[in-house]
Amino acid sequence: MAPHSNYDEEEDIDFSDLREQYEVRLDEGLDTFVVVDGCPKVPEDSKAKLVKFLCKKLSDAGKVKPEGVFMPLNEETGQTEGYAFVEYETPEQALAACKKLSGLPLDKKHTIYINKLTDIEHFGREGKVKEEYVEPAYEPFVEQEHLRSWLEDPSARDQMIMFRGDSVGVFWNKKKDTPEQIVDRVHWTESFVQWSPLGTYLTSIHAQGVQLWGGASWKRIRRFAHPFVNLVDYSPNENYLVTWSNKPITIPDVLPPNFPLTADEDGKNFIIWDIKTGKVIRSFASIEAPEAADKGRKKISWPSFKWSSDDKYVARVVPGQAVQVYQTPEMTLLGKKSIKIDGVVDFEWQPAIPVSGKGKPQTEQLFAYWTPEIGNQTARAGLMSVPSKEIVRTRNLVNVSDCKLHWQNEGKYLCVKVDRHTKTKKSNYTSLEFFRVTEKNIPVEIVELKQVVVNFSWEPKGDRFVFITVDEAVAGAAVAPKTNVHFYAPEKTKSGIPGEWMCTKTVEKKNSNAIYWAPKGRFAVIATVHSQQSFELEFWDFDFEGEKQKQEKAPANKDLACNLMLMATAEHYGVTDVEWDPTGRYVATSASFWKHQMENGYHLYDFKGQLLREEHIERFNQFLWRPRPPTMLTKEDLKTIRKNLREYSRQFDEEDEFEESFKNKEVVEARKRLLDEWRAWRERCERELERDRKEAGWTPPVAVEGGEETVVEEIVEEVIEEKEEEIQ
Amino acid sequence: MRPILLQGHERSLTQIKYGDLLFSTAKDHVVCAWYSANGERLGTYNGHQGALWTVDVDPTTTLLATGAADNTIKLWEVRTGRCLKTWDFPTAVKRVEFSEDATLLLGVTEMRMGHLGTVVVFPINVDVDAEQADEPLFTITFRESKATVAAWSYLNKFIITGHEDGTVSQYDGKTGELIQDIQAHEPDMQITDIQMAPDRTYFITASKDKTAKLIETNTLRILKTYQTDTPLNSAAITAKKDFIILGGGQEARDVTTTIARQGKFEARFFHKIFEDEIGRVRGHFGPLNTVACHPQGTGYASGGEDGYVRVHHFDKPYFDFKYEVEKMAKA
Repeated sequence: MAPHSNYDEEEDIDFSDLREQYEVRLDEGLDTFVVVDGCPKVPEDSKAKLVKFLCKKLSDAGKVKPEGVFMPLNEETGQTEGYAFVEYETPEQALAACKKLSGLPLDKKHTIYINKLTDIEHFGREGKVKEEYVEPAYEPFVEQEHLRSWLEDPSARDQMIMFRGDSVGVFWNKKKDTPEQIVDRVHWTESFVQWSPLGTYLTSIHAQGVQLWGGASWKRIRRFAHPFVNLVDYSPNENYLVTWSNKPITIPDVLPPNFPLTADEDGKNFIIWDIKTGKVIRSFASIEAPEAADKGRKKISWPSFKWSSDDKYVARVVPGQAVQVYQTPEMTLLGKKSIKIDGVVDFEWQPAIPVSGKGKPQTEQLFAYWTPEIGNQTARAGLMSVPSKEIVRTRNLVNVSDCKLHWQNEGKYLCVKVDRHTKTKKSNYTSLEFFRVTEKNIPVEIVELKQVVVNFSWEPKGDRFVFITVDEAVAGAAVAPKTNVHFYAPEKTKSGIPGEWMCTKTVEKKNSNAIYWAPKGRFAVIATVHSQQSFELEFWDFDFEGEKQKQEKAPANKDLACNLMLMATAEHYGVTDVEWDPTGRYVATSASFWKHQMENGYHLYDFKGQLLREEHIERFNQFLWRPRPPTMLTKEDLKTIRKNLREYSRQFDEEDEFEESFKNKEVVEARKRLLDEWRAWRERCERELERDRKEAGWTPPVAVEGGEETVVEEIVEEVIEEKEEEIQ
Repeated sequence: MRPILLQGHERSLTQIKYGDLLFSTAKDHVVCAWYSANGERLGTYNGHQGALWTVDVDPTTTLLATGAADNTIKLWEVRTGRCLKTWDFPTAVKRVEFSEDATLLLGVTEMRMGHLGTVVVFPINVDVDAEQADEPLFTITFRESKATVAAWSYLNKFIITGHEDGTVSQYDGKTGELIQDIQAHEPDMQITDIQMAPDRTYFITASKDKTAKLIETNTLRILKTYQTDTPLNSAAITAKKDFIILGGGQEARDVTTTIARQGKFEARFFHKIFEDEIGRVRGHFGPLNTVACHPQGTGYASGGEDGYVRVHHFDKPYFDFKYEVEKMAKA
């Protein structure tokens, strides 16, 4: 074939895609024009007045000159047509006008609608928009996987995530044995992973947004596009998701297909999503704290949006001014305005609505808040009821430097940890103010301390608590000051209502800094985390079934509802995180690569503090138990189970034993096979060697049997005593 | 198992050979010979001008070969400490080894200053008074990745080399021709040691990729893999018992930044067949650079970056230890 004949073939090549790409856009330059509809129709002489008026209205989005407004006249009627073409200085201004000013009422009769000229050109042409409404086709129903299938595990094992190196894996807890892998994916997340509060979804974080995974096959359930998302938070019942990014969202002018965000989200930091539909329900910008702006790196208190226990309300604090409470699902402000509380620093929802005795459905719920000293007014901690916005209880506090609000997880008690300073501001101390929320008039009890409390924790589903105080730091000392752990329990009363709280035990001169209660109460781990020197874990039982322990601190005549016992102590070098499994059977402690690079990995303990398993894993980042939803069993069912516990435990023991023996057998089999293989190989090898050696005619110098066994005798002389004597 | 501590070197150990006598080389220019039974020093071999990298002794304990950073291999008379021969090279010598019949000696030279890494093979006359050849029988030159370690197979059939890029190669022991190579360890993870089994039909490699592998000499088939959590510097196969001993630890240059606990400076025992870790021996306060086993399987010695050699004689429980399956198989 002649070379030039190729040219003919090229003629047939389809260039349309290239042509489209490089075609000169003729309407370029029209981007600054908008079309304003809905203007009043006026005779020619009042036209100038109207143009001026319109200019004023439209200059909210950008500069508009009267010359830039073209308002056509109808030759027949002598009146304006009711629309106008307006030119802005830049395309951005034109766009802003469409976004902001469209739908602006001019007077009672007239409302203007603004569209881009290019859009009118584009959509206004014949046939661009179909005349007839076509109903969108319904997608056929696809059976989805059960999102809670993991709860059906016959031996009720728990799942956990291990995030190490670049891969995230979900595993079954197998106690002493290697966790059984369910799924393991490399680069599943770009920063961290998180479970939803009831364990339904696994959350992965990416630069483009958040993805939710779940079901038996671990497929993607939802994705929420939030560029450069940093943190996520769920509502307690997994209905809503809050995502936050420190960078305000910028919406591109040209939206990519299926882009879920709209111009409404422009400049916002928070997005609240509906998890079931995957749609944005509202977005918010961060509240700039005035003094934080010049400090450079801002700190965010997370979660910024706090959910009420029933997902009904979500609220955030405007520091120093108000609490904004939004109702779901409309996401409107409760009563159309935020609740003004002068000086408010922080608030906390009641984590559960306590069941009132009368069985009446309770509609009101509480949140606690506190305000610092402002002018003449003392600092104050208060409880507000929602939706009535009624303040049900306040308490005045003096010499306050900081407050922390701790709710007991059933919402029965509130502890306000008040950090105070003496009048001279030279030393600090803490008092704990307890609000008995479920009792009449909400009585308050106070525990005054001479030291500063660094950590406080309520017993879940109980009425005992533990806190840690820290000794005063010695100036210039290299070691951190020692800490003291205090255990408190209420006095036993005949009425059943817990009596006054009293200290049952104080452990002094410790390094402990963290308290981890078992999710069902009774047991607690007191740990030293993020420390360089101390890595202690202490396992405490609050209802030790044995000899009554001495209550060191409480008066002898008082009987406290508690029998405290230290069950075990353990050490995990470099521990950074401690987590109870959701059933309270196991405790996992981990040393995360994010915090330091020494001996990363995890330990697994049972609730008694016995080490079951330890594993060092390179670049181990996260260990997270999969949460469980609350039990569906009724109180009666639970009672029966508790009664027959012995019977169940016998069954479980049998199962364990069976598995153990089965496993042992497997291991032995495998070893036997390995050994046989090795022996067979060795035999073959030795035969070959023998043959080769014969061929080569060389044999190694044979060691004389027995002659090799030389006994090395060593005579050691030892001087027992040396004496100098003079000899006459 | 109380170790005997040999405190004769002033700098970090590089290689030890362990039998009734123990030979050790360190970066301090001296070769030491010790009675392994009690740790008494028998003597030193002086003459090298640079850090010593390697030592080997012939099976009859007549000749000793050493390689050093002064670019020489020296041959010594073990009994008298007399230097019999010095071969000069353009670069440092990283490894020497006698063949099992002591008629051949190989040396691994560094790649440096424009010179490629090589393996040189010299004929050896086992008579101490005989003249030794000046020129090598043949030289293997590595164009791609340099060899770091090398060893003889049985009957001098092959030379096995371990490379900087994690490959293991098999060369003809008579001609020096490449027969095959395999990527035994992670790419770009240096192979730090090769030690032959007593009958040289298989060998063990240690690598910076934190694993040691047992490989068949003839086919280069990987038989076993031993996974650890630290870069390895040395691996040895025990006689009598089916164990292997691995030594390593955090890189010497990173040691100052961490505590001893973190460094993982322990000798690790694995079961050769089951690949299970059986135990660890602590003691060194720097990474272990070299481990060696007694040919009769009665003990092992380790040399560390800390400058000490620790000689261990196994106790009775060591010999009694058996897996259930092994007991069953014996019965």
